[in-house]
Order: sequence, then structure tokens, then C-alpha cells
Amino acid sequence: MPGLEDLYREIILDHYRTPRNRGELPPPAAHAVGHNPLCGDEIDVYLQVDGDTVTDVKVGGQGCSISQSSASMMSQAVKGHSVDEVRALVRKFKGMMSIEEDGDGEVASDAEIKLGDLEALQGVVKFPVRIKCATLAWNTLTEALAEATSA
Amino acid sequence: MSLDVAAIREQFPLLQRQINGQPLVYLDSANTSQKPRSVIDAMTRFMETSYAPINRSAYQLAAEATDAYEDARKATQRFINAPHAHELIFTKNATEALNLVAYSWGRANLHDGDVVVLTQMEHHANIVPWHMLASERHIELRWVPLTIDGLLDLTDLDSLLDGAKAFCFTAMSNVLGTINPVRQLCDAAHKAGAVAIVDGCQYVPHNVTDVQAWDADFVGFSSHKMCGPSGIGVLWGREALLDAMPPFLGGGNMILDVRLDGFTPAELPAKFEAGTPPIVEAIGLHAAIDFLEDLGMANVRRHEMDIATYAMTTLVDRYGDDICLHGPGNVEVRGATFSFGFRNIHPHDLSQVLDQRNICLRAGHHCAKPLMRLLGVNATARASFYLYNDEHDVDALTDALDGASDIFGL
Repeated sequence: MPGLEDLYREIILDHYRTPRNRGELPPPAAHAVGHNPLCGDEIDVYLQVDGDTVTDVKVGGQGCSISQSSASMMSQAVKGHSVDEVRALVRKFKGMMSIEEDGDGEVASDAEIKLGDLEALQGVVKFPVRIKCATLAWNTLTEALAEATSA
Repeated sequence: MSLDVAAIREQFPLLQRQINGQPLVYLDSANTSQKPRSVIDAMTRFMETSYAPINRSAYQLAAEATDAYEDARKATQRFINAPHAHELIFTKNATEALNLVAYSWGRANLHDGDVVVLTQMEHHANIVPWHMLASERHIELRWVPLTIDGLLDLTDLDSLLDGAKAFCFTAMSNVLGTINPVRQLCDAAHKAGAVAIVDGCQYVPHNVTDVQAWDADFVGFSSHKMCGPSGIGVLWGREALLDAMPPFLGGGNMILDVRLDGFTPAELPAKFEAGTPPIVEAIGLHAAIDFLEDLGMANVRRHEMDIATYAMTTLVDRYGDDICLHGPGNVEVRGATFSFGFRNIHPHDLSQVLDQRNICLRAGHHCAKPLMRLLGVNATARASFYLYNDEHDVDALTDALDGASDIFGL
């Protein structure tokens, strides 16, 4: 059995205790709500996209340490980046979680994307039940991104 | 404790299993229960010696299998003191039993403007089928609220039931552990002219059940929560109601005649048992009922009241306000199922940490999201105790909670 230290890394607990970019953004910012039907956790992602750049992001909702820290780190990682870079980051993160969607696999340019602190969530893969916790914010981000770029 | 738990545990092969050299502390029986050797052996023996189709073939083996299947129905009838064996329908589980009622009785008897009363402590299995029906035709759903202690608030019951056609409620909450006053609720339903539909899934495995003393109209429950196999559940309903209902699933076994221009349904219970039923599972359910009857359901209930008392005392003594136990504090009106919050640690994280000590409990919304919203939480941890648990399991849980605090620094 993998040890809890693989899961609850200090940086994860830090983001859990002190989540970054908590709050809401008023319209016209995009807003998506993600649900984890297994546990009832909910996450709100607010995304402000100006031109081609994610200029602001806020996260709301409730969840476990893994879903909350993942959301917090995600918010830091996407802010100020281009929409394409954010999409690449989502692919990279899901790849780390062993999730590859059809036609959404890693592309060559993704090699340059750095996950940084998010790599701390790598241990989640050893606890398959928790992968859904880690990816909840990212799936919600994808929805918010689709809304923001469809307008 | 009223039961010899050490002797009982010896009869459960799975409870002998160790993970990482440590024994299991199985506290998830409200989810599903473990199986005694007698159930496993009965199913194996049946498959090795007597397995055959039921109700359709003339050879001796098939006759034996049919008898064994019908014996399981009679055992179930006795277990809940139903008037007639043919009033018991074998389903897939309690969920299917409740869906059968909503689909068949509901579609035949509920029309635009009719009222169905539910409670705010229902499992999704006793909510969603009614929502599904309400989305097809204009049916009003009313909800019995809860008190702060997690009991049904019956103050306005009569006005809620005024004009209602059905009152659907759980006999015991899978989240709060609350045991509801079933007879009183059935009486109130009947006084209003409503049919009383009881979700017995959590109650039947833990208590003496007497559907006639309840004066209920329908009762559903599952085998897998009462030491029997998964894959079989039970619907009991009054003969007159079942007779007047249209079939639920169509297929083999449920017909008297099929013609090019239509069909004639079979008599009860075959009318509601389309296709090959869970034959082996019925044999297992029979063995589970024998096992429970040997222990005595009154003894099981007493044992669980002892554990509930010990658990509440131990957890509150040790943790005080750091632990939030949902549901009633009085063991007379609760079973040994405890949903709780602990020091702001998310239930998922809590269960992950407890898993390191082989403590198996459920974290989540327990298929009762309306109740979760009422409690103001997304999720709870839930420890549920059964006849193979004792104070050692409570102690193991209590000790392990401290470990969770260490990790999260709370």
C-alpha cells in the first residue's frame, strides 16, 4: 500500500490550508460548476479571458484537500497565460493523472509546458479513487474555457 | 454486548482477512454487509448439486430448484411476518423494489394534480423514481421536514398528507441512523387515504420486522445489507394492491398467455418476476435469513443499541465538540449508523487516513443529497456497525481519528 506521504505532500496541504485565488468574478467572466457525483464535492471556476489571455481566475466551492489544492495550484498556473498554453497545461496535467482523452493527447509542443508545483499531485495516481478529486477543477476549467472562448 | 461477537466473526471468512498484517475494521455495513460461511456454502452447494431453471421444466432437478427458490420466498415471508408468500416479489435490490412501486403502482394510480409525500431524509432510491414520475405527469411532491435532532418533524404531517395518494418514507435513515415511527406514519397515511410505502433497506437487517404490525402497504429491502448476497432484493406489497397493478418488466415467466394481439399476465408473484430470477441469490438470502434468525433479530437490535451507546459515549468523551455526530442521541430511536464530521477534515481525507489502519468506512453524500444540503455539508464520514462489530471496532475508529489530526494539523 502506498504511504500517505505520497498523497499528502506538504505543498498540497499548504494550498489546502491557504487556497489561492479564492472568490468569484462577476460577468462577463466565464463561470462553470463541476460536480463529483461520487462524493458531492462542488467546484466553481470563474475565468476572465481578454483577447487570447487568461487575465484572471477565481475558484469557489468545497472539497477535500486533493480537489481544493489542485484547484488552488491550477489557478496559479493558468493566470496570465494564453488560452493555448492553458489547454496544453490541462493536457499535461491529465496526462500526469494517466488520463488521455480521444484526440486530446499530449502534442509535441506540450513538452515545454512545466507543471511546477502541480507535480506534487503526482502521488494521487497511486490512489486511483482520488484521481477524480484531483481532476475536478481541471474538468471545470475546461468547461469555463469553452464558455469564455465561444463568446 | 448481547451477541458473542468473537464467535460470530469466526463465521465470516472475509473478516479473517488481514491487510498489511493488520485485521480489518469493517464499518461500512450500511453500504453493504459481509457474508457468513453458511451463506457462501449454501450458494456453492446449490450450484454444485441442485442448480436448474425454475418454474418451467418437469425433470426432478428443476423441481428441486423450484422448491428451493420458493422456500426462500417462504422464509422471507416469515422473516417480515407477511400474510402471504405470493405477496413477496424478488427484485434486483431495494432500489428496484421502490422503482417497481413508483412505475407500476404510480403510473396506474397517480394522475395530474395528485400528491406524493416524501421525507427529507430519503435515499435517492426513494426520491428519484418519484421525480421521474413527476416529470412525466403533473404530480406534486411534498416533503416532511426534520427536527434539529434528525427526527422527522411530524408537526404538520396531517396537513402535508391532506389529499395525498402516497406517503413514501424510510424506516431507518442511512445517514442519520434515525429509526422512524413506522406504525404511526402508516396510520397517518391511511387516515389521509394514502398508501404507505416503506423503504426498509436499512431497518430490516437490524431489527425485528413485522409488516402487519406496521400496517404498511409496500415494503422494499435488499439482501446484501442483511448478510445475504448482492443481486437480490425484496418487495412486499398487499395482495389487493399488487393484484390491481400492471406488470413492471415484461418477458418470460411473468405471463399466463402471449398472443400476436397481446398478452395476459401471470398471477402473483410471477407477474412481477420477468425472466430468469436471481435463483442462486435467493438460496443465499434464505441462508442469510436462517443465520439472522438463529441469532435472533431482537438480540441483533439490542447488540446494536449497546454499540451505539458505546460509540456515542466514547467518541464524545474523547473529542467533545471536535466531532459532530449527526442524528438522534437517543438509542431508542436510532440504529448504529453514524454520520459525522471531524475537526474540519474533509470526509474523503479522513477515510483515506483511516484506511491506513484498515478502517473501512464510507465518505460522501450517501445517496442522500437533499439531506446533505439540509445538514449544510457536501459530505460526511459514516461509520456503520453490525452484528460482527463490537467495542474494539469503536476503539479502533476512535484511536485512528487522532492520526488524521496529525496529518492535517487541525
